[in-house]
Amino acid sequence: MTAPELVIDVHGVTKSFDGRVVVNAIEMQVARGEIYGFLGPNGSGKTTFLRMLCGLLTPDAGHGHCLGYDFRSGSAEIKKHVGYMTQRFSFYEDLSLEENLDFMSRIYGLPNRKTAVRESLDRLGLAGRRTQLAGELSGGWKQRLALAACLIHQPRLLLLDEPTAGVDPKARREFWEEIHVLAAQGLTFLITTHYMDEAERCHRLAYIAYGDLLTRGSPEEVLRHAGLTTWQVRGPQLHDLAEALRGQPGVEQVVAFGTALHVSGRNAAQLRASLESTLTPAHHSEPIESGLEDVFISLMDQAKDKF
Amino acid sequence: MKLHPFSIRRFAAVVSKEFIQMRRDRVTFGMMVGIPLLQLVLFGFAINSDPKHLPTAVYSADHSVFSRTLVWALRNSSYFDVRRIADNEREIETLLAEGDVQFVVHVPVDFSRRLLRGERPSLLMQADATDPAATGNALAALNALTTTVLDRDLQGLLTDLRAQPGPVSLIMHRHYNPDIITQYNVVPGLMGVVLTMTMVIITGLAITRERERGTMENLLSTPVRPTEVMLGKLVPYILVGYIQVGFILLAARFLFQVPIVGNVALLLAIMLLFIFANLAVGITFSTLARNQLQAVQMAFFFFLPSILLSGFMFPFRGMPVWAQWLGEILPLTHFLRIVRGILLKGNGLALIAPEIWPLALFAAVVLTIGIKRYRETLD
Ligand SMILES: Nc1ncnc2c1ncn2[C@@H]1O[C@H](COP(=O)(O)OP(=O)(O)OP(=O)(O)O)[C@@H](O)[C@H]1O
Ligand SMILES: [Mg+2]
Repeated sequence: MTAPELVIDVHGVTKSFDGRVVVNAIEMQVARGEIYGFLGPNGSGKTTFLRMLCGLLTPDAGHGHCLGYDFRSGSAEIKKHVGYMTQRFSFYEDLSLEENLDFMSRIYGLPNRKTAVRESLDRLGLAGRRTQLAGELSGGWKQRLALAACLIHQPRLLLLDEPTAGVDPKARREFWEEIHVLAAQGLTFLITTHYMDEAERCHRLAYIAYGDLLTRGSPEEVLRHAGLTTWQVRGPQLHDLAEALRGQPGVEQVVAFGTALHVSGRNAAQLRASLESTLTPAHHSEPIESGLEDVFISLMDQAKDKF
Repeated sequence: MKLHPFSIRRFAAVVSKEFIQMRRDRVTFGMMVGIPLLQLVLFGFAINSDPKHLPTAVYSADHSVFSRTLVWALRNSSYFDVRRIADNEREIETLLAEGDVQFVVHVPVDFSRRLLRGERPSLLMQADATDPAATGNALAALNALTTTVLDRDLQGLLTDLRAQPGPVSLIMHRHYNPDIITQYNVVPGLMGVVLTMTMVIITGLAITRERERGTMENLLSTPVRPTEVMLGKLVPYILVGYIQVGFILLAARFLFQVPIVGNVALLLAIMLLFIFANLAVGITFSTLARNQLQAVQMAFFFFLPSILLSGFMFPFRGMPVWAQWLGEILPLTHFLRIVRGILLKGNGLALIAPEIWPLALFAAVVLTIGIKRYRETLD
């Protein structure tokens, strides 16, 4: 086998609600063992796309495969091998951790439930609190319980919808460590997130806005394709300077970062000319690398212009 | 989509999950125990459509043996409770107006004289008829009382003065419940009412709750089939239904001394169909309702006509024809006839068969709508 095995390979996936296109002809290829980041502004159709992948919503159009099954007609088979972690906590708050995990393992028909549940609790580090009701957990712990429950049937593909929303930085880092370990073992991840540091930890990314796929590739490729130039400016009266820069030719984004301004735009020459005409000698400016956030915001602004 | 066999394991998983949740949900649990208890107390003890011991005052302008006999007879009847012997007419007015008494029996001045002359004197009975139900039977009782009681005093030479009976004397036999004890009718009927109320509300809630709390999204993403979820959710509540029925049957037998002449096993068997019909309504409502509040509102929308038009609260034959037609659709109407038929009349399967098929038809139609509307996806 030369080409990597594709766990997700879908084309032209489309979904509208009440005549409004929410996911517009999206295509996506995710290879086995890959951590694929799925980004986009609120309401851009990420959750809708994930739901279609695991058979929760019927796509209006599109074809392709997921885990080797036709993604439209094979959802019953797909469901057995997918772990879907919903954006909103969707386990039973009136069941204890152990009961929740036990319920999931029974639903998936696991042969030795007891062991599976115990191992899962141990891995979570929650063995001591197994009889606690899920509803009594803090937000971050709920997320970890949800991840554990999604993993209990040893799925081949994990669809995680904002799994780290509201999780503290240390727990988030641990979470990502674990994901990388699992991916190395051959598990495939499709993860939506709004955090840029998480986007950078993905093997590949896709960015959608208003249902349209705007860019995809590895984080480096995404940065390169965007063709964005960014300058860092330091000096006095940054606030007034920002006001003066906004709206000038070539200036697309002006963002304040503590004691510096990041000014970016796609037309490098225009941007440079605008900076030179506006900056005073008291200001110090230097070109820096654009971040993913700058790229995404720039992409989103372009997409918005089309509407 | 490919057909998948029904999995007993997944079904069992849903059942045991529902049992745990049922145990934890104090409010629902309390409702399942509380509804039958409350209804038993309300309908069994408190609400009585044939009230007795109604407060009564007597104003006698005629002091004779006849008026004394009358008071004595009133005192002895279970319908009247003679609270007051009034002295003047003014007092009577205020007693009635203030609601101190329900009736005033007014013996006119020349009552005994006219009685002895055979002039059929009138006896005035003033009733506070704001609640017609409270007065109807009492008036009839007084009517009967005067003829029988006064006859005792009209002895010897006076015998001729006894009110002449008509050429035909009407004899009424009251079947099944000769003493007209309301509880005999109401308590068995309560089974149907309690089942309707709990089954519809609780299944409605159980399914909309999954949607409202977002757990449905998780459930739908697993291999569990809709039929497994549905049936898994129903089984615990069928059990609850039977526990409620057992509770009411015991109360009927030992608390209210309702004579149970029919086959209880037959009743319990047919009850499954009735429970099923109500669960079907609950499921269908849950597919229509967006949240638990709406589910409860819909349940009441179903419950009100059930209780009003089924013959539980009001005599079925007393309703206008259109209301009877509506009533015929409702499962409770047929179930009440079945319960009363079996328990009070001792009817067998052959006699209740005409009530079974409308129940079955109702359950089939509603369940079809429910399943058609139940979505396997979130669309
Ligand atoms: N069941 C539904 N019926 C109608 N519209 C829907 C439905 N589900 C989602 N939408 C709409 O589809 C659009 C995309 O929603 P979706 O939840 O997929 O966005 P998202 O990218 O996950 O956003 P977020 O980052 O906020 O989670 C939104 O405008 C939303 O209002
Ligand atoms: Mg979302």
